[in-house]
Amino acid sequence: MSEQQHIKLPDGSIEKQTTTLNLGPTHPATHGVFQNVMEMDGERIVSTVPTVGYIHRAFEKIAERRPYYQITPLTDRLNYCSAPINNIGWHLTVEKLLGIETPKRVDYLRVIIMELARITDHLICNSVIGVDSGAFTGFLYVMQYRELVYEIYEEVCGSRLTTNIGRVGGFERNFSETAFRKIDKFLAEYPDVLKEFEKLFTRNRIFMERTQGVGAISAERALNYGFTGPNLRATGVDYDVRVANPYSSYQDFDFSIPVGTTGDTYDRFLVRNAEMWQSLGIIRQAMEKLKDLPSDVYHADVPAYYLPDKDDVYTKMEALIYHFKIVMGEADILPGELYNPVEGANGELGFYLISDGGRSPYRLHFRRPCFIYYQAYPELVQGAMLSDAIICMSSLNLIAGELDA
Amino acid sequence: MSLTNEHIKNKLTEKFGDALTSFEESFGIMSFHAPKELNLKIMQFLYDEEDLAFRFLSDLTAVHYPQQQGAELAVVYHLHNMVANVRLRFKVFADINTPQVFTATRLFATANWMERETYDFFGVDFVGHPNLVRILNVDEMDYFPLRKEFPLEDQSRIDKDDEMFGRGGSIGI
Repeated sequence: MSEQQHIKLPDGSIEKQTTTLNLGPTHPATHGVFQNVMEMDGERIVSTVPTVGYIHRAFEKIAERRPYYQITPLTDRLNYCSAPINNIGWHLTVEKLLGIETPKRVDYLRVIIMELARITDHLICNSVIGVDSGAFTGFLYVMQYRELVYEIYEEVCGSRLTTNIGRVGGFERNFSETAFRKIDKFLAEYPDVLKEFEKLFTRNRIFMERTQGVGAISAERALNYGFTGPNLRATGVDYDVRVANPYSSYQDFDFSIPVGTTGDTYDRFLVRNAEMWQSLGIIRQAMEKLKDLPSDVYHADVPAYYLPDKDDVYTKMEALIYHFKIVMGEADILPGELYNPVEGANGELGFYLISDGGRSPYRLHFRRPCFIYYQAYPELVQGAMLSDAIICMSSLNLIAGELDA
Repeated sequence: MSLTNEHIKNKLTEKFGDALTSFEESFGIMSFHAPKELNLKIMQFLYDEEDLAFRFLSDLTAVHYPQQQGAELAVVYHLHNMVANVRLRFKVFADINTPQVFTATRLFATANWMERETYDFFGVDFVGHPNLVRILNVDEMDYFPLRKEFPLEDQSRIDKDDEMFGRGGSIGI
């Protein structure tokens, strides 16, 4: 088991004793475009300098030219492992600006999609920790269930990875029978898979040795570094936006916030696993609640912002006007300034939006959780072995698309 | 007693007097403007006071207002008191020709990259920052792309020849 410790060069050594190692940006073990220039003393890391920005695509600048509904596809490409959370977070931000109240059924449908997205995100992250410690089986096994979730997305919105799911005001179409059947199938089959997945790792001696004490951080340092999400909760701070600032009717659901104690890689793994169980519970509750609600409501009644039915566009004057106004990006947007956080799969995803009443935002800033906590990485891996640095990086759930915006 | 925006405002005015202006509350978050020399003092005060305890920096970014002469760049801080669950926003304004603002890195380690990003895109010079270099853009860049003087292409322009992109001829075809 590796402990973090300071490197002591031999007494009296004058010459440079360390080696410079360039890890990444396209190293297979870094899972994305991450570069680290490491100073190595043997196999121990003396210091590391992360370089980011390789896939910067200027989303904040592009957003200043686009009408609001065209910004949703940009948010897809932030954290693409859980794109629906970003999409719905953006819709919620615009709805908050415009003062749109969504019906309960829309909220619950959104909760189902967001929690499915959270499960897929955690699934990838945790199974990749397994891959980095040499256990490939778990990764391949759970991938089938990510596939099932992608089929659900496909059924709801037509696409899989970059989903562009929903609209301001609700969803573009109602959930089909097949979608509900697939969600039921997921709820029925996934718990056994997750159980087996946990059995593979949680009390696995090799896995524990590889992850316990690796990349540990205290709660104070984590807060100072702006950690949020599972990484913060692994240190023992029970901060979750879903509870602190409930959105999309999360206050109607009964769930707990799993926390860790040591803030190391192993705790981050456990917190994510526990959160997947909570998410399953939330989806189950949402499915129950949906039974009592009228099954034909899937968007708010806001004709000025929600695209009308195509049939109406061809036959009704108002619908035609709204259709054109929305498509041309001329819908009336109120001026205002707001910060709207949602609980993304890897932390607090914030949208800081300034609208001056024009067709596109005056300024849009994404608070991207992994951009903010990645700066703690040099501190997390200082004194650790190279292989620990790899496993620590995958346990942080860094998504290059989100990091570089 | 839960922490109210009214209470925060009173504490701040008591300490800083008339220096803080434009108090307003929108979408549940209180915001105000402050002189740029005071940004660190305000954050330190909000951090240290036992009943305020804003100890989490949620977000730090900037906004460019080209029409405000002498105060073109606004640096925006979002602070969060996680225990009482209260958020707060404040802005400091700087002249675009002298965009010097004190760094918050001593107080919040997380401000390091946030300030580098803000420098990268707006050119705000954070005084005392340990490593103020570009982070997302290339090092050779000599301008600050999120400033408003760099507009993106107007989507409604009609003088563009799309022939090269397989969209038929030029205007009106």
